[in-house]
Amino acid sequence: MATRVLDQHHAQAPAHGDKTGVWSWITTVDHKRIGLLYGATAFFFFLLGGVEALLLRIQLGSPENTFLSAETYNQLFTMHGTTMIFLAIMPLSAMFFNYLIPLQIGARDVAFPRLNAFSYWVFLLGGLFLNASFLFGAAPDQGWFGYANLTSKQYSPGLNVDFWTLGLQILGIASLAAAVNFFVTILNMRAPGMTLMRMPMFVWMSFITQVLLLLAFPVITVALILLMYDRFFGSSFFVPAGGGDPLLWQHLFWIFGHPEVYILILPAFGIVSEVLPVFSRKPLFGYAAMVFSGVFIAFLGFGVWSHHMFSTGMGPLADTFFALTTMLIAIPTGVKIFNWIGTMWGGSLQYKTPLLFAIGFIAMFIIGGLSGVMHSSPPADLQQTDTYFVVAHFHYVLFGGSIFGLTAGAYYWWPKMFGRLLNERLGKLHFWLMLIGFNLTFFPMHFVGLHGMPRRVYTYPEGLGFDLMNQIETAGSFVLTVAFLVFLYNIFQTSRQPANAPADPWNGATLEWSIPSPPPEFNFAEIPTVRGRDALWETKRQRGSTLPEPARVSGAGIHMPNPSYWPLVTAVGVLAVFVSLMVMGYTGVWGVAASIALLFLGVYKWAYEPAG
Amino acid sequence: MLLRTVARRPFRWVAAVCLLALVLTACGPENYPQSTLLPRGDFAKIADDLLDTTVRWALLVFVLVEGVLLYAIFRFRGKPGDPEPHQTHGNTTVEVIWTVIPALILAAIAVPTVRAIFQTNAVPGKDALTIEVIGHQWWWEFRYPEFNLTTANEMNVPLGRTVSLRMGSTDVIHSFWVPQLSAKRDVFPNRETRMWFSAQAEGDYPGQCAEFCGIQHGRMSHRIKAQKPEEFKAWVAHMQTLAAKPAGAAAAPAASPQYAEGEKLFTAKGCIACHSMVAVNAPKGMVGPNLANVGARSYIAAGTLKNTDANLARWIRDPQGIKKGVLMPNLGLTEAEAQALAAYLRAHK
Repeated sequence: MATRVLDQHHAQAPAHGDKTGVWSWITTVDHKRIGLLYGATAFFFFLLGGVEALLLRIQLGSPENTFLSAETYNQLFTMHGTTMIFLAIMPLSAMFFNYLIPLQIGARDVAFPRLNAFSYWVFLLGGLFLNASFLFGAAPDQGWFGYANLTSKQYSPGLNVDFWTLGLQILGIASLAAAVNFFVTILNMRAPGMTLMRMPMFVWMSFITQVLLLLAFPVITVALILLMYDRFFGSSFFVPAGGGDPLLWQHLFWIFGHPEVYILILPAFGIVSEVLPVFSRKPLFGYAAMVFSGVFIAFLGFGVWSHHMFSTGMGPLADTFFALTTMLIAIPTGVKIFNWIGTMWGGSLQYKTPLLFAIGFIAMFIIGGLSGVMHSSPPADLQQTDTYFVVAHFHYVLFGGSIFGLTAGAYYWWPKMFGRLLNERLGKLHFWLMLIGFNLTFFPMHFVGLHGMPRRVYTYPEGLGFDLMNQIETAGSFVLTVAFLVFLYNIFQTSRQPANAPADPWNGATLEWSIPSPPPEFNFAEIPTVRGRDALWETKRQRGSTLPEPARVSGAGIHMPNPSYWPLVTAVGVLAVFVSLMVMGYTGVWGVAASIALLFLGVYKWAYEPAG
Repeated sequence: MLLRTVARRPFRWVAAVCLLALVLTACGPENYPQSTLLPRGDFAKIADDLLDTTVRWALLVFVLVEGVLLYAIFRFRGKPGDPEPHQTHGNTTVEVIWTVIPALILAAIAVPTVRAIFQTNAVPGKDALTIEVIGHQWWWEFRYPEFNLTTANEMNVPLGRTVSLRMGSTDVIHSFWVPQLSAKRDVFPNRETRMWFSAQAEGDYPGQCAEFCGIQHGRMSHRIKAQKPEEFKAWVAHMQTLAAKPAGAAAAPAASPQYAEGEKLFTAKGCIACHSMVAVNAPKGMVGPNLANVGARSYIAAGTLKNTDANLARWIRDPQGIKKGVLMPNLGLTEAEAQALAAYLRAHK
């Protein structure tokens, strides 16, 4: 379609609302700004997690290597997993939830804008708190799964596990608050005519993700509280010496942990389901099947947790039950993959960078899915679990899946967010380097795992046949590093270009492409009326042509929520409560009391602040 | 550009990938002694057969689906000026087909899976050799109740006879794993778990702890020596001589002055508080590995170092430098003292 250059006056209109400056970002309740804050913070943590991974790979590049000590290695692999899951993939998804859900459902903001700001601040502070452990030389070192009773005071006397327990607890608050917000937003704030079965697939997958968050996070919250009691107050929920059971932790953790896997992948499913139709120039194949397979995956996701625990010896009946439910999940997942290919089938594929990443996602996710089926079979899994085979599997799902999908989304929505199209040539280079680097790094892990290399070992001896494959993996991780440097360079390069992206650079199907790039603070000057699935395509079809470039209009008279700093104060209060608990031994109860007072002050002022 | 190159020569690329895969999987027992793909025990064989079944189906699905995806990538490439493609929204028939076919494939995997679940969970017969496995941070204690014997990190088993493992832990969760003979089973401080296997071929099979268990999880390996029944019998008979000396018995003549010095140091320096030097009726759950036959083992410190005079002396002097966090403290021994202790210990075969 024709790209029109905005007239100068419009192009220079401030991007995200009328206010600028640091204070306007601190007090913002605009879902788009909060989305960008989520994105920038999560991307920073993603790079941090990537550096951690690179250090791990250097250590494993040769047998008996002494590049990292056992202590440092254990801290780094724990923080790599924790960071990538809680501080990178989840909040990167949250960036897309924030930025896109209101735009795609035709709303001016989320249901609870200040709660949205609160979620972000709690996430930021939780992430900083978790990483502050490095400054004390006490980064968590018990694995992201924190199996009891290694986490008990007896076997982990340092602050390491405390940082982890409290950090996850803080991050859980952010996730739960955000989940409530988006759940209500999607149910209540849709534009007229946008029925549930007309929602864009990204909104559908996001909605399911919020339900998973709401049901799964309470479980880990409870588990972490029990662990906190064990560590701070000498109870013994998980300590055998006091009559507790370490196996209880595994059940609680995985009842959360398996739905968490879908929390990490469903948003990427949604993104890919948006990108494929637009760049195939035809609608998503099997919309209803896509919705219900997503619902089915989420539902089954709560009934498979013990497949993480086959090696604990649960007995033949439990093994059989969890093996069969796990295999069942492959069916709706397969349906999704076939529908994506069905979407491409007969289309007119436009090979722009977002499509390359979306196709990369499908190709890699198939591999991750198949290795998943391979360890749904307990006797076979007894060889695979806790080896590099599993490391290969979940990186194909979370990196080949989630990260490829999120990157597709970044390239796709970048012009909407920043008014600038990322460079296509660099984007394609990024894609090929990432695809090659990813497979070099993770494909050999299948073999080295089946050949007997366990996970979470800081070194391995010569003579077990692990050397060559580990060398290839380490080389691959350097290719991946270059891929991300290309991406960073692309972002830098693009930021220096004029912000002249049109409202609808890709001939988009959804409502966000009907408004200027980047959108004004109020999103829609007039709330749209939706007349079908792929709302914007529907409008274009009815008009029989492409739409004119939307003009930037003044938002005068449109009521938007007032900025507020009380969500930040409340978030600081939350952090203070947890920190004061951790240092209670040094500061006494008064620190806790003062923190609770701060928290209440924040909540009180927030509650009685005029919302405008 | 690359896409176009691949498009022009797809077969060359497929061939290259296959070749790479072949190189990576080049199997040989001597190259991969810890491989799950080279089963030498019946339990591991069940797991490997099941893996073969799933791999076959997975490869079939992989080739078909990725093939269709690749076909779509090249076949439906859009050109500028192409008309809008036909706007299909779905097709119930194909959607039903691609829901049912995976279900059938999964059923084909589920049937042998359930059979294998019950096989592997079967209780071994009464004639099985029971061995107690006790996980410690970071070594393994093995006890043979049938012979009243205890050893550490290296387990001897007779060929052909089912070995019934009854497992526990003194501290945190570990996972016992001998890839070529049996699969993994976690061991817990508060419950007994079980596993069995029977070795089908002679050999010295390495394995290592598979559940993260603290700072030295990476240095917690063990070996299983599968021997001909008569050799195993001889080993048991030999181990049974490693008993406490009857009270008042004359001390055996020392092999060398170094040995005598080492024997004295073993008590004087407190080694004896954590390590037992007898295999028969040894106390259960001691902090350090049983050393009654340490001289006969191929490795020390749970697979950390090859068992040589020099390595053992080095280990005794500086365990914290070699395996940081291990429960054995640095005792501030001199080189001569460490060598004497090493000589004493190495004589215990």
